[in-house]
Amino acid sequence: MAGKKLLLANDHIEGIRSLRVYRQHGGYQSLEKALKQMTPEQIVEEVKASGLRGRGGAGFPTGMKWSFLAKPEGVARYLVCNADESEPGTFKDRYLMERIPHILIEGMIASSFALGARTSYIYIRGEYFYVARILEQAIAEAYEAGLLGKNILNSGFDHDCYVQVGAGAYICGEETALLESLEGKRGNPRIKPPFPAVAGLYGCPTVVNNVETIAAVVPIIRDGGAAYASIGIGKSTGTKLISASGHLNKPGVYEIELGVPVEEFIYSDEYCGGIRNGKKLKAVVAGGSSVPILPAELILKTANGEPRLMSYESLADGGFASGTMLGSGGFIAMDEDTSIVKNLWNFSRFYHHESCGQCSPCREGTGWMEKILHKILDGNGTLADVDLLWDIQSKIEGKTICPLGDAAAWPVASAIRHFRKEFEEYVKNGKNIRDVKHYYRLNNLVEI
Amino acid sequence: MAKVTIDGITIEVPDGTTILNAARMIGGDIVPPTMCYHSKLKTSGGYCRTCLVKVSKGSEKDPRPMPKPVASCRTNVMDGMEVENLLSPEILEARAGVVEFLLANHPLDCPVCDQAGECDLQNLAYENGKVATRYEFQKREFEKIDIGDKIQLHMTRCILCYRCVKTADQITDGRVHGVLNRGDVSEISTYIQNAIDNDFSGNMIDVCPVGALTDKTFRFKSRVWYTKPVDAHRDCPKCSGKVRLWYKGEEVLRVTGRKDQYGEVQDWICNDCRYEKKNTSDWVIEGPSHVLRDSVISANHYESLKALKATIDRQRKGLPHGHKTTLGHGALDPNNTH
Ligand SMILES: Cc1cc2nc3c(=O)[nH]c(=O)nc-3n(C[C@H](O)[C@H](O)[C@H](O)COP(=O)(O)O)c2cc1C
Ligand code: SF4
Ligand code: SF4
Ligand code: FES
Repeated sequence: MAGKKLLLANDHIEGIRSLRVYRQHGGYQSLEKALKQMTPEQIVEEVKASGLRGRGGAGFPTGMKWSFLAKPEGVARYLVCNADESEPGTFKDRYLMERIPHILIEGMIASSFALGARTSYIYIRGEYFYVARILEQAIAEAYEAGLLGKNILNSGFDHDCYVQVGAGAYICGEETALLESLEGKRGNPRIKPPFPAVAGLYGCPTVVNNVETIAAVVPIIRDGGAAYASIGIGKSTGTKLISASGHLNKPGVYEIELGVPVEEFIYSDEYCGGIRNGKKLKAVVAGGSSVPILPAELILKTANGEPRLMSYESLADGGFASGTMLGSGGFIAMDEDTSIVKNLWNFSRFYHHESCGQCSPCREGTGWMEKILHKILDGNGTLADVDLLWDIQSKIEGKTICPLGDAAAWPVASAIRHFRKEFEEYVKNGKNIRDVKHYYRLNNLVEI
Repeated sequence: MAKVTIDGITIEVPDGTTILNAARMIGGDIVPPTMCYHSKLKTSGGYCRTCLVKVSKGSEKDPRPMPKPVASCRTNVMDGMEVENLLSPEILEARAGVVEFLLANHPLDCPVCDQAGECDLQNLAYENGKVATRYEFQKREFEKIDIGDKIQLHMTRCILCYRCVKTADQITDGRVHGVLNRGDVSEISTYIQNAIDNDFSGNMIDVCPVGALTDKTFRFKSRVWYTKPVDAHRDCPKCSGKVRLWYKGEEVLRVTGRKDQYGEVQDWICNDCRYEKKNTSDWVIEGPSHVLRDSVISANHYESLKALKATIDRQRKGLPHGHKTTLGHGALDPNNTH
């Protein structure tokens, strides 16, 4: 049976991008309900009751984040939507904004009402320029229909929403770097505390939420927090957009009810339809490039032999020794021909390129790791290099200003943890590993 | 007031004090080393990560340890907090890692660097680093740039501590100095290499902990250890007029701000005092500067660092990771090592 869809239920409807069609299918009814029948406090309570967790990566409970927002008299408050979506393997926010921009705009207005924010911003990565256009179009439509601006739907609530395009930097997805960039400064993460809830944009209390998080507020207001919480499993409530990529028969964006078994997600026809060309699954990066990579046997089943589920808790089962994280839901599947070392080099190259350079472990360590991986790939590595990689990542993890350092360290640690043999193979025979696929088959390196 | 215990020594400090400053109030070897923090610059610190410490107890109210090492220069104490610096082998290992990161792309050519002998990075590496670097790739290099006629910038030596950026931001007017690019190709730059002709620009030289910003009027005139520092003052309409004169024989080779025991400038001085007043007759001499224990100008420079280095090496090597130390606090007693 198909799972329930809350965000993408109408994504196939022609013209759903326009305000007219969006409203024909129930659009802006949540906003109307929020403004006319609910108080801001009630909305916050519903979001708390829904169990919604931030969809940007860390999974922090949204209701709790909202209730931390400082509310000093006479000081502006802001809602900022994080649409920087730059984690390799993650493209769900783009799909949602491109298809149904009004669900985000509706969520922005309703959430701003709940938070008492007179102004909100959508900060979108520079490469999504055309999506920014789509959002601006949607915002213009909303102004025209009296859904934005002064006295929205005669409720007395005034609100303005702006789109700001970034210059294309992964680090500007980190919420405090995002705020710096939004203020027109260099996108360096801030040193916390203070947290944005106390001193965020222009020093004012600010909530930063992911696109999907804000969109999820729309069905929560419509159906109530309890109805949302009844979907999913345990503390992983509701639905989640998964960006599925890699060697899958049907890559794409899927809305799943949290708790779907990983095996079903990969192999069933409702979702990814199995591995391309009848190949075997070798490994999965389940939550965007920064989360630990797991070999096939550990992604399908936990170390205890239980089926692994697509939920925050189940994916994390076993800690980093045998588990991973749901992260932003960037699900990258790799078949038996994939070179883990080469893939890791590619990830490391990304983090090296994207480090802001403020703190020394990340600034110097990311480039160093990339260079060592390149050396190993070239067939010039030694076993000591593999140990050195391990040592460098351990000296970055947990010692930096922002979590980009961790994001650079975890892929390295997990690849060595689960695929050390492959690194050693590169050290021994690297010069011969020109055609990875051929080499693996020849040497039977894949053993699943 | 908050009570905080650092390496077994307890002190009561005003609320809002950082762990680093609490440690400095205690003094001695338990003070974490710093590279980017500067007491006279707002929002400095947090970048280099040399001052990392372990918070093994959060506070009386919430005794849970902090999950990660924290930068002591940017973390405030809480009442009942317990902090480990020299007592934590993991911290010493992490710090050795930071030193290695700072040196990874740093030219190891101190013999030809003008800062040698008064370089915070040299001292840090001596005390907290390991014998050899494992970085074997080409180091990044930059061309030397003149920032006006008095200051030279050699980015190759820069550790991106942001001190000069904050100095330019906070004590000179008209911000023309900042960081370009990102990651390990970030560079300090002035707006299209604008000369910084500002009365206080010279202070950037003094805050630079390495040889990246140097005084062009002094460059390579003499090794610092052949010069004699003397404190002096004058009645200056622009600044405090409290300076340090660096003599070779009878000649004043350069004028700088006075630095405290942590190498941080005490009072900013203007460019007039720094560049235009190089005659003894311009100054009221106070006497020879108090020579720091870790200054090469001090007779037994590296001798005095040895005790601390030995403690650090013993702590780092001797104990397995995560192992609670059994070392008596007496061995780390600041009064014991001098
Ligand atoms: C390096 C880095 C990049 C990030 N990029 C994004 C991003 O592109 N989009 C996003 O929503 N959150 C991103 N985050 C997480 C944000 O800092 C923040 O936690 C999130 O926007 C909060 O929203 P949520 O609670 O709705 O998840 C990133 C974090 C880090 C450290
Ligand atoms: S961890 Fe990396 S990206 Fe984050 S602040 Fe430090 S240098 Fe910048
Ligand atoms: S030039 Fe000197 S003061 Fe400026 S950031 Fe580099 S090391 Fe720090
Ligand atoms: S001195 Fe604290 S991080 Fe640099």
